[in-house]
Amino acid sequence: MSTTAIQPHGGHDTHAPGMSVGQFISTYVFSLDHKIIGLQFLFSTLLWFLVGGLLALGIRWQLAYPWQDMPVIGRMLFSAEGGQISPEFYTTLFTMHATVMIFFVIIPILAGAFGNYLIPLMIGADDMAFPTLNMLSYWFMWPAFILIGMSFLFPPYGAGGGWTSYPPLSVVWDAAPGSHWPQSLWLLGVTFVGVSSMMGSVNYMTTIIQMRAPGLTMFRLPLTIWAMFITAILQAFALPVLTAAGFMQLTDRLIGTGFFLPDGLVVNNSAPATGGGQPLLWQHLFWFYSHPAVYIMILPAMGMVSDIISCFARKPIFGYKPMVYSISGIAGLGFIVWGHHMFVSGMNPILGMTFMVSTMMIALPSAVKVFNWLGTIWGGKIQFTTPMLFALSFVSMFIIGGLSGIFMAATPVDIFIHDTYFIVAHFHYVLFAGTAMAVFGSIYFWYPKMFGRMMDENLGKVHFFLTFLFLNGTFFTMHILGAVGFPRRLADPYDYDTFRHLLPMNRFMTWCAIGMVATQVIFAFNFIKSMFFGQVVGRNPWGANSLEWAAPSPPGHGNFDFQPIVYRGPYEYGSPEVDTDFYPQTQPPPADPARRYKAPDHH
Amino acid sequence: MGRFWSLLFLMVPIVGVLVFVWAMAGWPGMVNHWLPENIGGNEAIWIDRLFLFILGLTGVIFIATGVVFFWFLWAYDAEKTTQPVKYFHGSHTLEVVWSIIPAATLLFIAIFQMKVWANAKLERPQVDGLPKAPIAEITGRQFEWRIRYAGKDGIVGTQDDILKVNDLHLPINEDVVLLIKSQDVLHSFFLPHVRVKQDVVPGMQQFVWFKANRTGKYDIVCAELCGWGHYKMRGRMTLQKRADFDKWLEQAWQEQEVSSFAPSAGE
Ligand code: HEM
Ligand SMILES: [Cu+2]
Ligand SMILES: [Cu+2]
Repeated sequence: MSTTAIQPHGGHDTHAPGMSVGQFISTYVFSLDHKIIGLQFLFSTLLWFLVGGLLALGIRWQLAYPWQDMPVIGRMLFSAEGGQISPEFYTTLFTMHATVMIFFVIIPILAGAFGNYLIPLMIGADDMAFPTLNMLSYWFMWPAFILIGMSFLFPPYGAGGGWTSYPPLSVVWDAAPGSHWPQSLWLLGVTFVGVSSMMGSVNYMTTIIQMRAPGLTMFRLPLTIWAMFITAILQAFALPVLTAAGFMQLTDRLIGTGFFLPDGLVVNNSAPATGGGQPLLWQHLFWFYSHPAVYIMILPAMGMVSDIISCFARKPIFGYKPMVYSISGIAGLGFIVWGHHMFVSGMNPILGMTFMVSTMMIALPSAVKVFNWLGTIWGGKIQFTTPMLFALSFVSMFIIGGLSGIFMAATPVDIFIHDTYFIVAHFHYVLFAGTAMAVFGSIYFWYPKMFGRMMDENLGKVHFFLTFLFLNGTFFTMHILGAVGFPRRLADPYDYDTFRHLLPMNRFMTWCAIGMVATQVIFAFNFIKSMFFGQVVGRNPWGANSLEWAAPSPPGHGNFDFQPIVYRGPYEYGSPEVDTDFYPQTQPPPADPARRYKAPDHH
Repeated sequence: MGRFWSLLFLMVPIVGVLVFVWAMAGWPGMVNHWLPENIGGNEAIWIDRLFLFILGLTGVIFIATGVVFFWFLWAYDAEKTTQPVKYFHGSHTLEVVWSIIPAATLLFIAIFQMKVWANAKLERPQVDGLPKAPIAEITGRQFEWRIRYAGKDGIVGTQDDILKVNDLHLPINEDVVLLIKSQDVLHSFFLPHVRVKQDVVPGMQQFVWFKANRTGKYDIVCAELCGWGHYKMRGRMTLQKRADFDKWLEQAWQEQEVSSFAPSAGE
């Protein structure tokens, strides 16, 4: 493929041969370098991705073969029940699956792994503004990993209050079996994730505002950076609420405050001593964070996808500024829609109407983004590389996730579909078919920068194809279950006459899910193999414009071996001003004034 | 290969629509894989209508965007296209157009649904200008529904209440109001066949209402995670004609008042 126009001197070496143990630890373990920290996040989150996926298979096994022994691993794991999943353990399975996927995979892989790796490189800086804080943000994930890991050690082996941890179930010790130590560990663990994210978020905001290369105005930033920037702001405002609420719940559990417990409870024939609180208060506080959090889980993906699509359509992004405004619009509105999780919660129905209207409004900027992606591929020269396929599937799948959101925003319809598989379908389309696919695409895209080698394209395409098929097989059918009213979180939904006939459909979904998890072996193999045997590449294997591609692959300590100066926005593909079909941000304009095209600076 | 991938993406709207049509039509393999029988009368029917309306609307957008998406991938495949890349940065007019059209559509849905929502959650049926009294009080408890019928005096919480567990009998063709509560954790009172769902919150009292138009036995589902036994918190709703309901209630009262210590006839 093509190489950059700029070919300055090579990067300096990161590691001299014969490194001492101390040097090794400071270079790879307690590293202050944003790239190493980014990779640490990446490896940790990918491992947890595996854990989360296996937990999901546990859920699916039970729904396909209720109360039947799990082959092979059943006897090992639950010898007491003779190889079956108990209803207690089932509550653990879906609670921990969601917790792991949200708090240990999607949020830290976007902000922690890609945020860390890409932000300084894409803005032409040598590192984050606060490298030590950055290192801490990674190491503060470890208490969380350990606490959540420990919660698996106490019966029933993991928290069982749902990832939303609604009181009184999650607070009263006797209300749920998992409500003893696992639930307390869960709360503490989630708090540590919050601390980690908070450290990241101040770092990202400061870095993006302060450390941009000369010439890199805000409106010349790649959309990835815009999205990370807005996400950091979201985190900064929303997280403290969750942290505070989490602490309140913890004190409710451990020292008997009663923020979330009303008077007069009788649980398991005994009366908890506290009272005077209100379960709905928790829901408000929880969703005040967790609704914005779903944007924390999608906006960076949207940014990365925009960059990938523009690069492989070889065409400027359509409507750069509207894209920036819609990211901001989604973020702003994201703060006033949390109540749409609470339409049937017992909250005042009049309040439901206002949340309905704000929720409808938030569909707008999302629609604008989809149209702009379509506008970007129109009239391009599309290269179907693996990253591009994943990015395109993000758009295709996000359309489904976005449209199913309208059903839920319509309050009367939500009465019926709330807490059914329709919801499960919706958020898997947004988070898994959307965000996780964007993450795969981004790994394939930035891998050559991270490791100086390409991933295998053929394996990548097989990985994409199978994941895409199985994913839709698993989740699309969930919409149909939802239409029947099939409830989520039931260890045995077939107890109800209304849902008994849905077993074969569930079996189909389970086999698709097994296929999907198995397919990831191809990815893991490709990822590891390519680190050692992948094709070695230069700085800019894809012929892309943004700054990170001007640095060596992988970039050495301090990132750039020259001072990047920025002359234009990152989406100048197919510009008539140059002969190549791309035009790096650092490439000076041609000397010949006749060739200079007056490109509008994104209007 | 580009053409292959474009076709793969074309399969999304095609198979997607097919799955929905298949389910709606109830063709073999997907019998009863659609909205369950609606016996909730006019109010509940409106919820279904709204669902179908949104399904139609989103279906059209789904097909349109899916086909356009496919077409662009097909036409602008780098291996096939001979045209130069169209170098432009966007269009202000288009942005305005495609913001206003969805905005108007969404606004329409928002207004259109308000009445249905109000019927379901705000406008409790009235008798003589006063909110209708509940026919029974239902208390969620791990893992059962305790039901207390108003009895002869029509008031819940008096001496002549009738107590049952998981066994809800109700008359058809009239507005019934139920008072729901919880004594321990959150539950959710879900009657799929009349499109009623309401979380049951400890410390709060809430009302649900509906008017069923068919007799029969239907499920009461718990739709909010309430502990390990959540899946088995199943209740039964039996819908009867008014006369049958009265008879049943009377019989239930008799059974309840018979003490096992009372001398039986003949002694
Ligand atoms: C290997 C792919 C995955 C499979 C097969 C899978 C499967 C499932 C299933 C069957 C449930 C339903 C639990 C219930 O009964 O409510 C569920 C819940 C959930 N999943 Fe996944 N999932 C996968 C990936 C993901 C990813 C990537 C995320 C990222 C955020 C995610 C987030 C969630 C959440 C938030 C819930 C809700 C759990 C709850 O009910 O509280 N899942 N998943
Ligand atoms: Cu319940
Ligand atoms: Cu329940």
